[in-house]
Order: sequence, then C-alpha cells, then structure tokens
Amino acid sequence: MLNVSGNFPEYAVPGAKQVRFEPYADNGGSVVAIAGDDYAVIGADTRLSTGFSIYTREQKKLFKLSERTVLGATGCWCDTLTLTRLLQARMQMYEHDHNKSMSTPAVAQMLSTMLYYKRFFPYYVSNVLAGLDADGKGCVYSYDPIGHCERSNYRAGGSAGAQLQPLLDNQIGLKNMQNVTEVPLPREKALALLKDVFISAAERDIYTGDCIYILIITANGIQEEKFELRKD
Amino acid sequence: MAFMGDTMNPAPLWHNGPTPGAFYNFPGNSSTYGPGSHPASDFKAHSASPITTTTTVIGLKFDKGVVIAADTLGSYGSLARFRDCPRVMKVNDLILLGNGGDYADFQYLKDIIEQKIIDEKCIGDGLQLKPRSLHCWLTRVLYNKRSKMDPLWSNYVVAGIQDGEPFLGAVDKLGTAYEDAAIATGLGAYMATPLLREAVDKGGLDEQGAKALVQKCLEVLYYRDARAFQRYQLGVVTADGVTVEDLAEITPRWELAHMIHMK
Repeated sequence: MLNVSGNFPEYAVPGAKQVRFEPYADNGGSVVAIAGDDYAVIGADTRLSTGFSIYTREQKKLFKLSERTVLGATGCWCDTLTLTRLLQARMQMYEHDHNKSMSTPAVAQMLSTMLYYKRFFPYYVSNVLAGLDADGKGCVYSYDPIGHCERSNYRAGGSAGAQLQPLLDNQIGLKNMQNVTEVPLPREKALALLKDVFISAAERDIYTGDCIYILIITANGIQEEKFELRKD
Repeated sequence: MAFMGDTMNPAPLWHNGPTPGAFYNFPGNSSTYGPGSHPASDFKAHSASPITTTTTVIGLKFDKGVVIAADTLGSYGSLARFRDCPRVMKVNDLILLGNGGDYADFQYLKDIIEQKIIDEKCIGDGLQLKPRSLHCWLTRVLYNKRSKMDPLWSNYVVAGIQDGEPFLGAVDKLGTAYEDAAIATGLGAYMATPLLREAVDKGGLDEQGAKALVQKCLEVLYYRDARAFQRYQLGVVTADGVTVEDLAEITPRWELAHMIHMK
C-alpha cells in the first residue's frame, strides 16, 4: 500500500505519527506433546498475554477434536479461535458423512491443507496435534504456520518451543548421550517430564506460566490434569 | 451485512499469490511500489486508524453478577473534544456491553446490535440472546473486518448472565477473545487490572464491593490517564436484569498531589 513516510520520506511530517494497523498479535503460550506406545500426552500453559500484559491466566489452549485427537494451538489467538472453530466444523461434517470420527493421521493431513489454503494470509498459529493413530499407537504432528507437517514422537511448540525442544531431544530422543539404550517411555515418566519442562519454560519465558492444562489420550478416552506454574 | 463477507463462497485457494508463470512480489518489497504497478484496488481507502477515541472500560464479576464502568470522554487525539460519549449499553435483560476505542465504530456496531435485538423481539418466541452468543458474534464480526484490513478499532467487554451464572468476556479489534473475572482494556490493563485481580483472588466480592472497587479504579485512572475523564457511567447485570446507572462523577482529591515530588 502507498504511504507517505515509507515511499516519499521527504514529504513525511515529523511528529504526526499514524498508527498502522497490524492484523497479527503475538499472544504467547507454549505446547508440548509426547507420544508413547499406547498413549499420547499433550500440555499447554494457560497464560494468554500481549506484550507486557496478561489478558487472562486461565485460557485453555487444547482442543479436543475427537475421542483420540487433541490439538494444541498457540500464537495469534484470534487466528487460533478461527482455525479451531473451522476444524471442529470439519470434524462434524466428516462424522455426518462417514458415520465415524476422523483418524488422527487424517486430521493431521486436513490441518495441513487448511493451513496452506491461507498461504498468502496465513493463520499465525503454532500447532501441535497429538493422538492415537489407527493402530492405537501414540503420535504427534507439528506444523509451521503455512502448513508444513511432520510426524514425530515428541514436540515443543509456541513461545518457549525453541527452548524446550533441545531438552526433549536430550531426555526423550536421547541425543548427545553415550552408552544409552532406547527403552519405551512409560506414561508416568512422560507426564513428569512434561511438567519439568514447563517449569523451566516458566522461569525463562514471560509468555509461559500460570498453569499447565494437560490431556492424556489413551484407548480408554481422554484424561484431564492441571498443574500450577509460577504466576509472575 | 456486508462485513460478514461471502461465507458460502470463500476466497479462491490461490488468493493473493503470484499469477501462474509470474514471479511473486512479496508485499512490502519496495520494487512493488511506483507508478503502473498498482491495480485500482490498492487505492481503496481504509479506516486504518482511530479518530475520536475513548479509553479504558472496566468489567468485574461479583458473586451474583457483573459490573461494567467507563468514563464518557471522546478524545480527538490529545484534545478532550466530546464530554458526553456514553459507552455502556444495555443490550437486553441478560447482557450489558461496554466499549473502548474508536467511538464511531462503536456507534456503528451499536446500531446493528440494537437492530438484532429488535428483530429477535419481533419473532416473539420469548427467547433472548445470551451473553456468550453475543461475545462469539462480536469475535466473528471483528475478525472478519480485521481480515479485510479494515478493522473496527474497538475493544468490547460483554457482561451478562449465562444460564444463571455471571459471564464476563472481552474481544479486541483483531477478534482476540477471552473470558475472565476481571477485565480492563486500554491503559486500564496496566493500572486497573492489578487492583481488580487482587480483589478477585481474595474472593467474596458482593455488588457493593465490586461497585466501590470499580469506582476506585476509575479514580486511579483519572489521576494518571491523560485520556480519562471524571464523568462516568456504571452498569450492573444480575439475574434481576440490567441497570445502567445515571452519569456520576468522581470527586478527585488533588490535595494528595503535594506528596508527589518532581525530581
């Protein structure tokens, strides 16, 4: 768009500052998901913030899409709301069409398509999808805002994603360690690790804190858990 | 309702992208400016900045309802231009709505909401719009406008009674929506929320206590926010209905001022 100060700086009036409209906001928040042999755990903090102020300390950022699929979404909250509302509508349409709920890998592919549909005005959202696949095995899918999708066993996303991922790489992926043998990760250990990881995120990232809302997905259904974090 | 967009026919998939066979010009790249490279649509005027603005709006839940308060000043930049801009509105018997931001945008949406309520009454089935529905509707309206890069420059605070329980939610100009027990927008987010959250965490707020606290917040804001005003409007919603009280005034105590020393 044409604007005086950007393109004709010699005509710009000093002092008269125009507020430019910015359609995106960074509302912070972190998600961590870990998949095991017969379960998946996903947790997200409950702080919704903008800059140095906190909108609310109790915003759930996990969305149950079916009995075995949960989406964690952080970033631009207005985009998150829109995207998840659309997703929930698409889940319902699939159920009416096929008389069964969508499998987690199918949801994962659909989410990728829905994100890429908005390639040139993206949903500014960091998505982590967790659930059980068709064989009942835990799975985690992570995305970039424009729809790149990757399946893995553990993933950290959101404002503290870059701080947490190396920690998970070390503790779950057993990276940079010698003389270790990989053993299946028990659910209790995954849950304890998830909490530990969030405690350290809350220490360093101002956009992560207050509480973690955790969902544990097993063949028996989805269990809820809440865990307090520091509130400053 | 032009702002709703064409929901049945969404934008084509390859929207805003390069023409097949051409290079994509990234938005903001200086080479995309200059004569000749502008389709007529680039010159569409947008109301991308607010003109007459109002400041903080405060919402606070108490045991049996919600209170909303806001002052009545409409500022024209730094000029205190309009002194009677009421912006706490009764929507129906269940909903109280407060607003802060561009006053013209509020008046525009206020007319639409009032028409919605009239249309609903004409159906005559005795059903009433509930606060969570209005909150959600506002989210969609504001988000659609922001997606067209033509925002309604406003924060909305929706208070009401949802199925017997107090409800308090906020929406900003992007469509960012959340619910909380205490909400303050604008400069009040920095100066009023600490006072409000302290009281909420302590618990046991009743109507009198909530009203007194909100009035205290308005007083604090009047001392420090250069866009605040002493005349204000206060509304309460409980299961008994919605009341928007007459305009009231803060009694400022400037005798405190001598305690503040300039360095």
